[in-house]
Amino acid sequence: MTIWQFILWSVLKVAVVTTVFLLAVAYTVLLERKLLGHIQNRWGPTRVGPFGLLQPLVDGAKSFLKEDIIPTGVYRPLYLLAPVISVGCALTLISVVPFGEPVSIAGSPHLFQISDVNIGILVILGLTSMGVYGVALAGWSSNSKYSLLGALRSSAQLISYELALGLSMVGVVMRAGTLNLRLIVDQQATAGILTWNIFGGLQFVAFCIYIMAAFAETNRSPFDLPEAESELTGGYHTEYSSMKFAMFFMSEYGNMINVGCVATLLFLGGWTSPFGDLIPPPQNLLIHALFPIFWFTLKVFCFLFLYIWVRGTLPRFRYDQFMNFGWRYLVPLAMLNIVGTSLWLAF
Amino acid sequence: MHLILFFIFAGFCLAGAINLLLQSHPIASALSLIVVMTSLAVLYLLLGAEFLAAAQVIVYAGAIMVLVTLVVMLLNAGREERTHGSHAAWLVGFPAVATILAVIATVILHLQRMGVAKLGDGITSTAELGTVLFTRLLLPFEVTSVLILIAILGAVALARRGNGEGTAGK
Repeated sequence: MTIWQFILWSVLKVAVVTTVFLLAVAYTVLLERKLLGHIQNRWGPTRVGPFGLLQPLVDGAKSFLKEDIIPTGVYRPLYLLAPVISVGCALTLISVVPFGEPVSIAGSPHLFQISDVNIGILVILGLTSMGVYGVALAGWSSNSKYSLLGALRSSAQLISYELALGLSMVGVVMRAGTLNLRLIVDQQATAGILTWNIFGGLQFVAFCIYIMAAFAETNRSPFDLPEAESELTGGYHTEYSSMKFAMFFMSEYGNMINVGCVATLLFLGGWTSPFGDLIPPPQNLLIHALFPIFWFTLKVFCFLFLYIWVRGTLPRFRYDQFMNFGWRYLVPLAMLNIVGTSLWLAF
Repeated sequence: MHLILFFIFAGFCLAGAINLLLQSHPIASALSLIVVMTSLAVLYLLLGAEFLAAAQVIVYAGAIMVLVTLVVMLLNAGREERTHGSHAAWLVGFPAVATILAVIATVILHLQRMGVAKLGDGITSTAELGTVLFTRLLLPFEVTSVLILIAILGAVALARRGNGEGTAGK
C-alpha cells in the first residue's frame, strides 16, 4: 500500500466517522430531552417532525443563525480558542476507538478503526487531560466571575477524578497485558458475556469507579459543578453564545459518547456478542461485517441511557462532598482494586 | 517523512520556548509551555518512544500545566511589566547557560553505554520498557518513587501546619 492510498483511506474513514459521530451527538441531545421528559412525566420535543425527530437539525440551524456576541472585556485569542480546543479533543478521541473486527477489503487498512495504535488507552487519557484546557481557558478568558468559578471548579475536578479514571483502567490493562484497545477486546472475546472484563475479569468494582469518574470527567450530573445553573448561571460558558456555545455543547455530548465507547471496549467486550458462539456467525458477508457494529452501538446506547437516567434521578453534589468522595473513596478503592487484581493474577 | 516531521515539531518547540520568555502574560506563557511539552512528546514518538510520548502529554501537558494554569487563575495574575533585567543577569547569565549546556552536551556525547536512538527507529513497546524498569533499573526506579513520596509527605506536613494556625480567616 503506497502512502497516497493510506492517506486516501484515512481521509475517507475520518470523514465517515466524523459525520456519524456528529449525527450521534445531535441525536443524543434529542434522546436526552425525550428521556428526561418521560422521566419527569412530560413529552419532551414533539413538534418538529415525527416524534420531534428533526429537532436536533433545527437546533443546529438555530445556533448557526443566532447573533454571535463577544463581550467587550474578554481576552480575545483565548476566548476564541477555547471552544475549538474542547470540540477538537472530543472529536480526536474517537480516532483510536475500534468499532468492529479488523476487516479490510482490497488491500485497505483496518476498516472499522481510524488508527490502530499500541498505546490506545494512553492516547485516550492524554486527550481527556488536554480537554480540560478548553473549559479552563473559556472560564478564565471570559472575564466574568461565574465563568472563572466554573473554570476553577472544573480544573480541580478534572485533576482529581482523572486519577481515579486512570487507576480504574489499570486492572483491565494488567489482565490484557497490553494498552492496545483492539487486543483488549480480543482478550475478552472468548466466551461471550462470561469473559467480559466486568464479569469474568472480576473488574466490576473498577467498572463502577470508571463510571463515576467518567461522570465527573464529562461534567455531567450529578457532578456537573462547573456549570451548576443554580449557583453559577452557566458556569464556564456563561459568556458564550451562538455557535461557540454550541461547540461546548457538542463537546460535552461528544465526550459522553467517547466515554461510553471506552467503557464498552474496556469492560463490556467491545464489539463482541454477549452470547459468544451460541449464535452461529451469519453467512451473508455484509451482515457478518455489520453485526459487531450493531453490538457496539447497542452497548454505547445503553451507556448513554444510563447517563441520562442518572441525570434525571440524582441531585447535584455539594462541592466539598464531591471532592471528599473522589479523594477519600474512589482513589483508595481503585488502588485496592489494582492490588486485588494483581494478587489474583499472581496466584 | 520523519525528518520533515522532526523539523516541524522542533520548530514548534523552539518557537514555544521563545514565546514563553517573550510573553508578558502568565497564561500566555503557560500555554506556550504546553506547546513545548506536546511538541517534545511528538519528538519522543518520532524516536520510537511511544510510552514516553504519552506520559509526557498526560503528566506534563495534562496534569502539571493544568495545575499551573489553575494557580495563575486563582491568583488572578495580570500582565507583567517589562523590565530590561539586571546587568548581572546579562553578563553572567548567558555565558553560564552556554557553559552548562556545553558541559552537559559533551558528557552525553561521550557516554558510550547509553546507546543511540535514530529517527524512524522501531517502536519500543511498553512491555519492553516495563521489563527493563522492573529488572535492570529497579533500584533507581524505586529510589525515585521514594523521593516523590517524601515530597508528597512534605507538602502534606506544610499544608497541615498552615491549616492549624490560619483557620480564623475563614
